[in-house]
Amino acid sequence: MSSAHASDHPAPAILSEVKPAVVPRRVLVEHHRDFKWITDKICGIVEGKTPVWWWWCFGVAAIVASFTVAGLTYLVSTGVGVWGHANPVNWAWDIVNFVFWIGIGHAGTLISAILCLLRQKWRTSINRPAEAMTIFAVVCAAIFPVFHVGRIWFAVLPGYLFPFPNSNGIWQNFRSPLEWDVFAVSTYGTVSVLFWYIGLIPDLGTMRDRFTAAGNLIKARIYGFFAMGWRGSNRAWSNYEMAYLILAGISTPLVLSVHTIVSFDFAVSLIPGWHTTIFPPYFVAGAIFSGFGMVLTLMLPLRAIYRLEDLITQYHIDCMCKITLATGTMVGYAYSMEFFIAWYGANPYEGFAFINRAFGHYAWAYWIMIGCNVITPQFFWFKAVRENTTLVWILCLFVNVGMWFERFVIIVTSLARDFLPSSWGYYSPSIVEIFTFFGTFGVFSTLFLLFIRFVPIMPMSEIKMVIPAADPHGASKH
Amino acid sequence: MKKNYGIIAAFDTTSEIYHACEKVRDAGYSRWDALTPFPIHGLDYAMGMPRSKVPRFSLAGGITGFCTGMSFIAWLGLSEYPLVVGGKPMFSPMFAFPVSYELTILFTAFATIGGMFFLNKLPMHYHPVMKAPQFVRASDDRFYIVIEANDPKFNAAATRDLLAQAGGKDIVEIEE
Repeated sequence: MSSAHASDHPAPAILSEVKPAVVPRRVLVEHHRDFKWITDKICGIVEGKTPVWWWWCFGVAAIVASFTVAGLTYLVSTGVGVWGHANPVNWAWDIVNFVFWIGIGHAGTLISAILCLLRQKWRTSINRPAEAMTIFAVVCAAIFPVFHVGRIWFAVLPGYLFPFPNSNGIWQNFRSPLEWDVFAVSTYGTVSVLFWYIGLIPDLGTMRDRFTAAGNLIKARIYGFFAMGWRGSNRAWSNYEMAYLILAGISTPLVLSVHTIVSFDFAVSLIPGWHTTIFPPYFVAGAIFSGFGMVLTLMLPLRAIYRLEDLITQYHIDCMCKITLATGTMVGYAYSMEFFIAWYGANPYEGFAFINRAFGHYAWAYWIMIGCNVITPQFFWFKAVRENTTLVWILCLFVNVGMWFERFVIIVTSLARDFLPSSWGYYSPSIVEIFTFFGTFGVFSTLFLLFIRFVPIMPMSEIKMVIPAADPHGASKH
Repeated sequence: MKKNYGIIAAFDTTSEIYHACEKVRDAGYSRWDALTPFPIHGLDYAMGMPRSKVPRFSLAGGITGFCTGMSFIAWLGLSEYPLVVGGKPMFSPMFAFPVSYELTILFTAFATIGGMFFLNKLPMHYHPVMKAPQFVRASDDRFYIVIEANDPKFNAAATRDLLAQAGGKDIVEIEE
């Protein structure tokens, strides 16, 4: 077939004379597990009885989530005055939390898209939960820009955020990065859901077949509905794999553009400390850094509870720690470069903004940020640290804290000390803001717990592809 | 009387189904398929399948998305709602770019998935092969080849022999 994939053609004769060096490859599934074991292990989590710990976690998560509901209800019924915002700090925890959560999501897309394009096979066992994390993080992120206007009907009704004229015939301003952000975040949320769902289809088909075989027709119908009648036909796989590759190909520029556009919210303004060209790459590196911190925070307990050590091996943890180290170091470089440019640019306002960050009223936040983001990941240079999962988990918590403080430092310190000393202020959050933010962890956990209960938590078909038995040429040595 | 849909044969390893597919392809069948729990590397070639047509849908979607963004913002600034903001031009591809870029990706995603569903004829909740014995293992750990009865080369006895020669096990006929 002249139109078949070039790589599928039989090897030219010369190749049989070439003796390539044997490169040891890390095994991605330990203990020589076979196809059947993988299916049983992953389906078993969904098919088994709901564990007691799940109910406890779900209950706690739901209670924590109610803090967000209560905080937002109070906000909408009373007004934005219930938050600690006051001139000159009119963006604070709301936007900090928005950027924090949207950044968390980026690791999911990085794992599913960029690592797919780079043919990093170790992504297979972690991409499903990481993508789920992305979607739930975007849900938490979206709460804040919608609610920070107070009167939410000015955000969600047509004519305000989404392109449609309001009743006075006024249209949106497409010159504004805030309007770009609406498109970036809503596209990101939509494409993340689509990508996740497409990856799920074959596994939902497996669930359907297993429930059918077990005689549980109600569940077979439900999973079957979402499986769309998938039956593993190779003619369908061919289109499926192409579609998956294209989705990975477009999600890669998407994930880079989303945090770039989020950083435009700041970089396009004239506030000292915000108006810098380094922001887009610096925000993207920070987003991936925080996202991997969160992936490890979620995966390590999941691995321990469900005994998934054969699927999420030490190699996987090593890889994730190394990416955290690399992106954390990039973030540290960006911090020092900001300082250098503030001095080198010789702009007194810019210089003041950075001296003020490190030594002003918010110096405590700045040094928490440096400690968590620059120093913490450096521990991942050491193999002994990477192999101690408890320690990795604790270090990742510091990463999560540090990245929240990064956004706090950027947003609040710059606003609190703007051009006019007469308008300088000091911002502290109100209890309503604290509760609302605290509650988003409950919203996130609730959604994540539902995910691990009802959806196969790992892409079975993709994991089967990376075990040696899947290779039609290798295993049989023909 | 129920009509036969075709013959299905099972294989235990990827290597077996790979070579069996080559045999079926070389025997000249056209209406047949392999059912596998995961995509097997190179099986498209072993089956003699052309390259997937999904990218055509994606390209069309991407172009539509980009043009939608650019033309919408141009129409808004130049005709529907001309408003000077900060002394900037009524329309410039520079400020329209981020939105057009996002719409390119959004439309590409929908077109890709729509194209994949269309080419695969999904959703298709009923299919005769789902009635085959042990079909459950097609999405677990076993590999199947199914040859349809309406293939011009189909002959119940000869086709069964071909599948048996190729190493197929549990060969059965399935009803429409």
